[in-house]
Amino acid sequence: MDRFVFLTFDGLSKGAVLAAFALALVLIWRAARIVNFAQGAMAVAAAYAGYSVTTATGSYWLGFGAALVGGLLIGMLVERAVMRFVDHSSPLSEVIVALGLVLVMQAVLGMIYGNEFLPAGTPFSRTALSVGDVPLLSRYDLFVFGAVLLVLLGLALLFTRTSVGLRMRASAFAPEVSRLLGVNVGGMLTLGWALASAVGALAAMLVIPTELGLHPHAMDLVFVSAFTAAVVGGLDSPPGAVVGGLAVGLILSYVSGYLGSDVTPMAVLVLLLAVLLVRPGGLFSSTVARQA
Amino acid sequence: MSETVTPARETGTNEAAVPRRAPGLPGLLNRSTLLRHLVLAVLAGVVLFLLTQQLDPFRNFQLATVAAYLCATAGLTLLVGMNGQLSLGHGALMAVGAYTVALTQNALADRGITGNQVLPLSLALGVLVTMAAGAVIGLAAARLRGPYLAGVTLAVAVAVPAATVTFDEVFNSEQGLSVAVEPPPLSLGLYFPNERWQAWVALTGALLTMLLLANLVRSRVGRNLRAVRDDEVAARLAGIHVGRTQVLAFVVSAASAGLGGGLLALLAQSVSPGAFSLTLSLFLLMAVVIGGLGSLSGAVWGAILLVALPDLTHDSAQLVSLPPAVAQRLEGNLPLAVFGLTLIVVMIAAPGGVQGLLRRIGARARRRAPAR
Amino acid sequence: MTADDVILQVKGLTAGYGAAPVLQEVDLTVRAGTIAAVLGANGAGKTTLLRTLSGLVRPSGGEIVYGGQPLRDVPVEQLVRRGMAHVPEGRGVVAELTVDENLRLGGLWRRDREDAAKALTEVYELFEPLAQRRRSAGHQLSGGERQMLALGRALVARPKLLLLDEPSLGLAPRVIAQIMALLRQLRDTTGLTVLLVEQNVRSALSVADEAVVMSLGRIVTATSADRLRDDEELRHAYLGF
Ligand SMILES: Nc1ncnc2c1ncn2[C@@H]1O[C@H](COP(=O)(O)OP(=O)(O)O)[C@@H](O)[C@H]1O
Ligand SMILES: [Mg+2]
Repeated sequence: MDRFVFLTFDGLSKGAVLAAFALALVLIWRAARIVNFAQGAMAVAAAYAGYSVTTATGSYWLGFGAALVGGLLIGMLVERAVMRFVDHSSPLSEVIVALGLVLVMQAVLGMIYGNEFLPAGTPFSRTALSVGDVPLLSRYDLFVFGAVLLVLLGLALLFTRTSVGLRMRASAFAPEVSRLLGVNVGGMLTLGWALASAVGALAAMLVIPTELGLHPHAMDLVFVSAFTAAVVGGLDSPPGAVVGGLAVGLILSYVSGYLGSDVTPMAVLVLLLAVLLVRPGGLFSSTVARQA
Repeated sequence: MSETVTPARETGTNEAAVPRRAPGLPGLLNRSTLLRHLVLAVLAGVVLFLLTQQLDPFRNFQLATVAAYLCATAGLTLLVGMNGQLSLGHGALMAVGAYTVALTQNALADRGITGNQVLPLSLALGVLVTMAAGAVIGLAAARLRGPYLAGVTLAVAVAVPAATVTFDEVFNSEQGLSVAVEPPPLSLGLYFPNERWQAWVALTGALLTMLLLANLVRSRVGRNLRAVRDDEVAARLAGIHVGRTQVLAFVVSAASAGLGGGLLALLAQSVSPGAFSLTLSLFLLMAVVIGGLGSLSGAVWGAILLVALPDLTHDSAQLVSLPPAVAQRLEGNLPLAVFGLTLIVVMIAAPGGVQGLLRRIGARARRRAPAR
Repeated sequence: MTADDVILQVKGLTAGYGAAPVLQEVDLTVRAGTIAAVLGANGAGKTTLLRTLSGLVRPSGGEIVYGGQPLRDVPVEQLVRRGMAHVPEGRGVVAELTVDENLRLGGLWRRDREDAAKALTEVYELFEPLAQRRRSAGHQLSGGERQMLALGRALVARPKLLLLDEPSLGLAPRVIAQIMALLRQLRDTTGLTVLLVEQNVRSALSVADEAVVMSLGRIVTATSADRLRDDEELRHAYLGF
């Protein structure tokens, strides 16, 4: 029973990170109808930038900030310099170009930092605090929840309460009309990529210390899990991504806790297949609105 | 990919442009695709046979590796280029073939079974098992589109190497298995170079694959594949069973990848999950895109690239003198970077790939010639 | 006709979507404070003309002079800042956004936030039904309400020139009459210029000052709306009734 409780909280903490990463995928999907297969590599690149700053300054928080800013810049750069020029008539080309980016980024990271795992520190202790005898959550888990919650709230406010958010939504739904109304649709697209990439970088910063450490491939499995989470949520729905992320996090935590961590990749595959074959639209897809 | 001319249309125009010849060998070759492909395959076989006699062992080994990759890239070209289904999991399918061949070879060796029938048997088994795996993925794939399919095959590419750890009594985890392979048959002589023998085996597999795929592409099945790629609704209206066609494409493609993986296992005489990582899957995709998705010949360029590029970057890294640690990092990663960059540039600037480029140059030359 | 009277001058405009041009050598002059009707059968190129004017389609030849300045290489999103508003074919209501969001979107580019808010209030006063449905999503509106929303959203920008693509399409005659009356009123009170693309010839001619008839991508006649309405022979030749 204790183990179950522990795995549940651990799963929720993992799920929060997956939720953030899935949300980043959803952001780009909504803005550009692209599943950003390069997001894992982009997030890792940002995390390496944070690592460099932390190593140079000795401050976790400076590195944390640098990773987020790095994420923004990488997202901007990827959209402006690459994705903008891809022929959008075939969905294959976007995926293939994104994979090209993955190879380039992972290779460059490998050249600079080497292909070994680098230790990634945490600002708070990872030992679980116990309630009674049951170990529940570590301070770091609380930090993860707080950070993800903050980002969710921030994004929700941005999209529903600000004029930039309105512009971004309008550009995504109706780019041509938005242009006629004076919205800089290209700029909104860049902003969307930058934001998504920063959220992805945050997720990477949060998850990497809990795994084996920093590595060019550190986010590969996280990407697949987050993709699954986004698909569970319906790719189109930010709340869906959050719920999907938590659900996938929980399931994977139980699987890895009871069956062994090497089973996780297969569990992700099975889960993804199950969702896609049983409910291809996801559990939260907002198809009603899109049919109008 | 918009550049790619469907071969069906191409033959159509060729037939219209070239007046029907009188019977005779050229006429016969023109009309019977099977015969033409057969002649081409035999010619290629003879040329390659002579080539293996000339090459040193290292080059022969490289040639064999190209041949093994060619099986996989040709299968992937069929799937992506002809049928429009994206697979990021062909590296994993190669792993299925490779591990099957490895286990079969070892099991046969343990039981003391040797002889000429061992290789074909284990390779055939590798192909069959991979076909089965391909059928399972294909059944799911037929119901999925674009990014969803890419995501699922990506999950396959990540899950399969991990499975070797889960079932480590069979697959021996990260260390992998060594593969018992017999030396070249004694009938070839006592000192027959092993690499030349490997090249023969792999080239035979590759030529067979190319021959079968080329015929498939030109057949009614091939036309159906392309019809489904171009417009699913129209294909359905034309009476084509879309789902079945897609599964078929996946199965055939998986079979080729399985053969390629099996051959790789024989060449390396070992298998390990590291050799069939996600990166391999991505490499295969890069190779076929850069080679050109429009035709099977693109797969040849892709396979050559897969072997030549790491070699070239290795050589060029040797040219500049660097500290060994830096050099090692560069060497491991430079091919990836070059591949990725080339891929992006090709996708944006030349969606036809190498083969498309060659065809365009050829077309321009031909157009210019009669004008003078 | 003095030069500063002219708000839009099109000379030899050629444009299309691929190799074959749709618009061919189109000439058009629109005076400020008038309603100009663009008539013509389905496929004549009316929509393409409007889309070329607002920069959505790149012209391959000719010149567009708007407010005395050539519009070469002016990005689409800049035109609304220069007072040109385009209500596209099918109205362009963003289905996923609410009525209020759609309307606010029309004025987001404006620096003068105060006047933008005022314009929004005015639009709500002008279109009572919209005020009652502020929180409804665009896809929940009726055809008439959508047209009001599209028009209102354009008016929030306080345009000088309004490009309207078939506003009457799919609407009841009573609603059409209201819209036409509104256009006349806006012209008379605010000096708004309207380029009104219509297949509904009678409605368009009832408010228009000038009229051009397009056929197969060319302007085949340009005359006053009165003349086209009253001259049976002319009407018969170009409009078929
Ligand atoms: N997006 C497009 N791509 C290609 N051709 C188009 C496109 N839109 C319109 N056309 C063609 O341009 C011509 C004029 O169309 P359009 O401007 O929509 O006419 P109208 O608005 O007068 O009905 C038609 O022949 C139509 O087929
Ligand atoms: Mg029209």
